[in-house]
Parts: sequence; C-alpha cells; structure tokens
Amino acid sequence: METITLGGQLFQYLITGITVGSIYAMVAVGFNIIYNVTEIINFAQGEFVMLGGLMMVFCHAGMGLPLIMAFPLTVILVTLVGMLMDRLAIRPIRQPTVLSLIIATIAVSILLKGAAMFIWGKDPFDLPAFSGRNPIMFFGAVIQPQYFWVIGFLILIVIALTFFFDRTILGKAMSACADNPDAASLVGINVKRMIMLAFALSAAIGAVAGIVVTPISLMEYDRGAMLAVKGFGAAVLGGLGSFPGAVMGGLILGAIESLGAGLISSGYKDAFALIVLLVVLFFKPSGIFGDIEISRIKRF
Amino acid sequence: MNDTGNENVLEVDGVVMAFGGLMALFKPNFKVKKGIIKAIVGPNGAGKTTLFNVITGFFHPTAGTVRFKGQPISGLKAHEIAHRGISRTFQTVELFGNMSVLENIMLGCHTRVRTSFVAAGFCLPGARRKEAQIQERAMKILKFIGLSEKCNDPAGSLPLGEQKILEIGRALASEPELVCLDEPAAGLNETETYVASSLIRAINAKGITVLLVEHNMKVVMNISDEIVVLNYGQKIAEGPPEEIRNNPKVIEAYLGGGV
Amino acid sequence: MLKIGKLPIVILAVFIIIFPWIARLIPAIANYTDIMVFAGIYCLITIGLSLLMGYAGQISVGHAAFYGIGAYVSAILTARFGLNPWGCMFVGILVSAGIALLVGAPSLKLRGHYLAMATLAFGIIIYIVFNQETQWTGGPDGMAGIPGLSIFGFDLDSVEKYFYLVWGFVLAAFIFSVNVVQSGAGRALRAIHSSESAASAMGVNVSKFKVMVFVYSAVLASLAGSLYAHYMNFVNPATFDLFFSIKLLIMLALGGMYTLWGAVIGAGIFTFLSYEWLHYFKEFEVFVYGAILLVVVIFLPQGLAGVPGMIKGWLGRPKSNE
Repeated sequence: METITLGGQLFQYLITGITVGSIYAMVAVGFNIIYNVTEIINFAQGEFVMLGGLMMVFCHAGMGLPLIMAFPLTVILVTLVGMLMDRLAIRPIRQPTVLSLIIATIAVSILLKGAAMFIWGKDPFDLPAFSGRNPIMFFGAVIQPQYFWVIGFLILIVIALTFFFDRTILGKAMSACADNPDAASLVGINVKRMIMLAFALSAAIGAVAGIVVTPISLMEYDRGAMLAVKGFGAAVLGGLGSFPGAVMGGLILGAIESLGAGLISSGYKDAFALIVLLVVLFFKPSGIFGDIEISRIKRF
Repeated sequence: MNDTGNENVLEVDGVVMAFGGLMALFKPNFKVKKGIIKAIVGPNGAGKTTLFNVITGFFHPTAGTVRFKGQPISGLKAHEIAHRGISRTFQTVELFGNMSVLENIMLGCHTRVRTSFVAAGFCLPGARRKEAQIQERAMKILKFIGLSEKCNDPAGSLPLGEQKILEIGRALASEPELVCLDEPAAGLNETETYVASSLIRAINAKGITVLLVEHNMKVVMNISDEIVVLNYGQKIAEGPPEEIRNNPKVIEAYLGGGV
Repeated sequence: MLKIGKLPIVILAVFIIIFPWIARLIPAIANYTDIMVFAGIYCLITIGLSLLMGYAGQISVGHAAFYGIGAYVSAILTARFGLNPWGCMFVGILVSAGIALLVGAPSLKLRGHYLAMATLAFGIIIYIVFNQETQWTGGPDGMAGIPGLSIFGFDLDSVEKYFYLVWGFVLAAFIFSVNVVQSGAGRALRAIHSSESAASAMGVNVSKFKVMVFVYSAVLASLAGSLYAHYMNFVNPATFDLFFSIKLLIMLALGGMYTLWGAVIGAGIFTFLSYEWLHYFKEFEVFVYGAILLVVVIFLPQGLAGVPGMIKGWLGRPKSNE
C-alpha cells in the first residue's frame, strides 16, 4: 500500500478543491451574466443547479432516458424555469428598487426549493457517473473520473461563452445591453428579450453544473442556497461582472475551502468560503480583477 | 488672520484633485471674503462641481488644503464640515422624497440639535420641546422662502423651481456661515430663475456668504460680487463681473471650447 | 404622513390585556395564546428590523444570528452555569450588540446586494458555529434543561403569564421605536434612506446612525431569542437557520416594512400561518411562503399596512389629477 505523503494529501485537497471550485465558478458565471445585463444579483442562481441535478435524476432514473438524452432535456427544462422566473417574477415588478429585486429573487429561490421539496422530498439523489467510478491514481491523489467531466464542462462553458459574447451578434447585443441599456434600445436591441436570454443562459449553465456534480456529491432539495452564496463569493472574489474573474474566483474559493476543510476543520468546511466572501466584501469589494471606478458607477 | 471686517471665510490653497490618471483640479487657488457672493464659472468639465465636492468634504484632495475661517477642513468628512458651518445644495436636486417639505427643512436643523437615538426612544424631557422648536424654526424658513403653504406636501411633488428653492431653504436651516449652491438656476425658466436669484440675494443680505457654481451667465453677472473662472481644473481669471466680462482668456475659453 | 397615533397603541394594549381571557373562554382558540407568545417574540425582531430596513433603508438577511445568539447565551449561562436568567438576558444583549457593532461597521458601508450577501453570509457562519461547537451548544441535537423565568420569585410558569411578559416587552419596544421614528433621529434615518449624500451634507453622521439602528435591531432580536429559550426550555440550531432570516423578511414584506404597525401585523399573521393554518400542509409550506413573498413584492410592495393607502389612491383618482 502506498504511504500517503503530505504532498499527496495536499494535492488531493487541491484536486477536490478545483473540482468543487469549478461548480462555484459555473454559478459565478451565471451570476455575472444576469448581473451584467440587469445589475440584479439572482439569489435563486443556486436553485438552477439543484434543479439541474434533480431533474436529471427524474429524466434518467424516473423516465428511463439514457444519460445522453436526459442531459439536454434537463438543460432545456431548467432553462425554461429560468425564463419563467424572468417573466413571472422579475418583469412584473413595477418599481424595481434594489430591495424589491433582492426580495423577489429570494422569493423565487424558496419557491423553487419548496417545489423541489414537494416533488422530490428531502432525500438526496444519486446519478451514475458519466464514465464510471474507477478512480485514477495521479501523483498520490485519488481522482474520480467525474472530476474531469466537471472541469471539462467548465472549460467548455468558458469557451462557448467567450465565442458567444465576442463573435455572435446575439452575444454582442447582450454585451451592449450590459454596457448601456438605453443606448442599446436606441439602436434597436430588445432589452427585455436580452434580459430573458440572460436568465435563460444562467439557468442553463446552472443546470449543467448540477448535472455534472450530482454523481460526485449527490443532490437534494435544499442545496441551492449554499451554492448561491459560495458562487457569489467566487464572483465577488474575481470581480463582479468579470468572466475570467468568476473562473479564477471559483477555483481559488474551492481550493481554500478544500484545504481549509482538510487541514483545519472539516466541520467548518462551509464557513471558509463564507469568511472569504466577508473578507472580500469588507476590504476589496471590487475583487481581484475588478475595477473600483466601475463598481462605483453601477446603478446599485 | 486678516483685517477685521474682511476676513476670508474660505481659502482654497494649492488643491490638487486627481482621479487615477485624470487631473480634475490643479491649484485653482482663491479666497472668499466674508459676506460676499462669489461665483465659480467655466465650461463643462472645468471641475466646478469637483471643487464643490472637495470643499464640502465629499472628496479628499490629493494635495493642498481648504481652510474655513482659518482652520483646515480638507481631511474632514462631509457631516463634520456641515457642523462647522458650511452648507450646500446639489447639482441634481437631492431632496428627501420620502418626507414632506417641512420635514426636509427640519432635517436641515440636524446640526443645531443633539439628536440622540436613545434619548429619543425614551422620550426624555426636553425632547418634545426641542421638536417643537425645530418645527417652529423650519416654518420660519419656509415662510422666508415662500413655501409655507406647501409645508405638508411630499417634497417630490413640487415643481422643479420650488424643489430648488426648498433645497436652498434646507441648506439655510443649519444656520451656516457659508452656503455652497451647485447650479441653483439649472433647468429653471425665467420666473423661477428670478425667484432663485432674489432668494440668494436675500440670504446674502442676512450676512451669509454665498459661493455658487452657475452656468447661467445672466444670473452670475447680476448677483455676484466676484467671479472665479475655471478651465480644465485651473483658474484662468478672478475678479469682479466687469473685469471677467472683458477678459480675453475667459472669452477664449468659452468660445474656443464651445459655450 | 408619519403620525403614529396614540389611540391604536392603547387599543393594542387593551387587546393584549384581554386576549388570554377571551382565548380561555372559547375552546376552539384555546391554543391561540401559545401562538400569540411566538407572535410576540417575532414582533420584537420585526420591530427592530422595520427600523433598519423600512426606515433606514438597509437590508439584513442574517438576523436569525442575533436571535440565536440571545437564545444560546441565555441557554448556556442559565442551564450550564445556573446564573440568573435576567442577568444572562442582559449579557446576551451585550454580546449581540458587540457582534452587531463588529460586523455592522464594515458591512453597512456596503450597499444593496453586497450588504444583503454580507449579512446572509454572517448569518450562516453563526449557524455553523451553533452546529459545530457541540461542547457549548449541544450541537445539532440542541440543548435542554433551560429554566423558565420568574420575576421577584413570582414564577412565570403558565402560557398566559408568559404571554403578558412577552407582549409587555413588545409594547415597550414598540413605544420606544415610535418615539425614535417621530424624533430627529427618526428623521435622520429616513433621510439616510432617501439620500445618503444629502443627509451627510446636512450634518448627519450616516455610518454612525446606520450602525446604531443595526445594533438596536440586534438587541431586540437577542431579547426575543432569550425569551424564546426560556419559554421552550430547549434550543437547537435549526431554529436559527437562513430560512428563519428569510421568514423574517416575509413577515416584514407581508405586513409592510415601511411602518412599525406593518412589522406587528406581519409577524402576527405569519405566526398564525405557520403554526395554525399551514400546519396541515407541511409539504407545501416552503412553496407557499415563496409564493406569498413573490406575490407581495409584486402586487403589495407596501405590504398589508399599505392597503388603506392604496385604496385611498384608487378612490381618489377619478376625482382629481394632482
């Protein structure tokens, strides 16, 4: 039997941290998409992840669809939920103040949580790993193949989004809305539709995150809130609104959490990410990659 | 200090204000004598409101000092400067829309009364008397500015001209020695402008020094005792209205940069 | 616009005095006195939060933390050390005030979403501490053996006696808060809500006021927590989770966070909803709360307390254009 070296242990924590950090990064990216177009922080972002996992279980285990069909179906379903959220919860607010929008997204998050609790109950659910569960030994660390799927999907999402925002007309239109919604509508961009698209995209990304993480850590109805807070921590750490920041922030946050849980205290695992969030908010709210002037100009 | 009767209420000395790479103000030195009306003018972007924000404590200057009655105030916070006796209005009216006209003025009296959270909660003796006094003072000011009939209306329901008057009234409530008015005539029509100018003269007649930023040159020429002209954050001229009117550098700054 | 009349307060006081007597007479609502104890405990928290959120315009999504700190300080000091409950309650208040000062000062410099998230994170951290420090708090299983309260030897050992105690505190807190709201300090808070720059320019020390009202709301929440601990004689961390902080938001949104009466109405109605009317629909409970919150924020932004104003608005419209 191999002796577990400290180096090996650290490496293990790092790998786990990067994997869970990829999930936080995906949540953070979702936050940024909506934030960039609307300056709203969507407290329900974590619920998209939760719904992704649970709906995948429903499509695969419940309806018997093979993984490869259940995946896109789940993403579509959760995307619809995201679009419904924009249509039924955000748009109807007549006088959008910061407080009312915060409360609205919180309301949707508990609504979705309540619906999930009603439909699926409180038990955690599992999904088969995409390529089996034979662990891979790598420099003294034990890596589940599913980890690579998680990191892989993060990379895929980052590439796809970069292409979308830089190369496609729709993506550029959304960026225009983010920069200056009044000017954007003056040149004919339908701002309302862009907002709905933002919610749709965020929901889709959240769903992907939920689907790929369930084989590793299972999924239950109330996982959403913690994911949302940590995802927000990742977004703020990297600078709210910045996509490379979200990815970096997520990975760093995941690593800190994993190392903290492994080396300091596993009971306080969740607290590490939260403490990082508080530290960032108190001392450098613009984050690592953020720009202080920009964060001051933003409406909220 | 200086000869009595002509003390400088305000001194802007070597003030530099830089935002990252942008130099918004570069040593626009000037003094404001007690009891006069002094106007700061200049093309858009000259740094006038930035200067106001430095004087009233909303920005801390990168270098230099602002002195009020001889004492340096440039490191102080905005509310501390208000307590010293400087009051201001804002370029875009910043009234308290969630309160009535009267309550806005009453808030202006904040520096004149000790408003302790705990004492208020226990409704200690004298608290109610103080409230009545504040209300009386506020009503007097409302009468002075001509808005006493609308005292219970929500502040946001007033037309713009009256909102600007109300904001000036609120600035008076703290019994300041220096009042800084940021574009008091902006957006006003002829009548409203006339009312505003008369009010500013009436305030000055009470002995309050007035420093104002203004784009409306008619108003400036009419009521100011002295004018300071800024361009690109620097002072290019200073003096009484007749001098400024004929100053070639001023004319060039306005015509050259587009009026 | 802001005159909170003395008459409704007197009516409330009378209602409080006769309620347990009425409840005892009508068997169908005999358990309502017990529910009203909880309503009163929640009122204490919502009154403070109303000042913080409705008047001063700040947000807290983490107030369960102060509720829990009050409860656990009382619990630990009385159950484990046998100290005088009233003294422990005071200690709990001091601890909560201290933590509120520590956390509030940096947090309240933040605006909007950032402040909401900071308070949310803070609330969860405290919740994790309750769960982890099993040696002190008993961990997830909770802590029993908390004594009841007594005043000068007079034991508050019945639901009715506790009802009077709790609602006595509520009345006192309400009157105190009304006094603040109608004073210069209350005006300063509302000014801060409307325009922090203008408030500063008029001499209001904005950060000091924000922190003060935050500490005040923490003190009330702590008091409520201590009262809860001595009533239930048992505490466990699940009571003080994120969802409770959200329930507080629901109470405020439902009742109307911009008036103190809204805080009382919201706490009252919500308590009856959760203890009585939704009792049989446990599976739907969370979903219903979400739905209520969403409907209220879209259609009733001023809460139920704002309904009279809304009706006046509708009635007034066809007659004149002001």
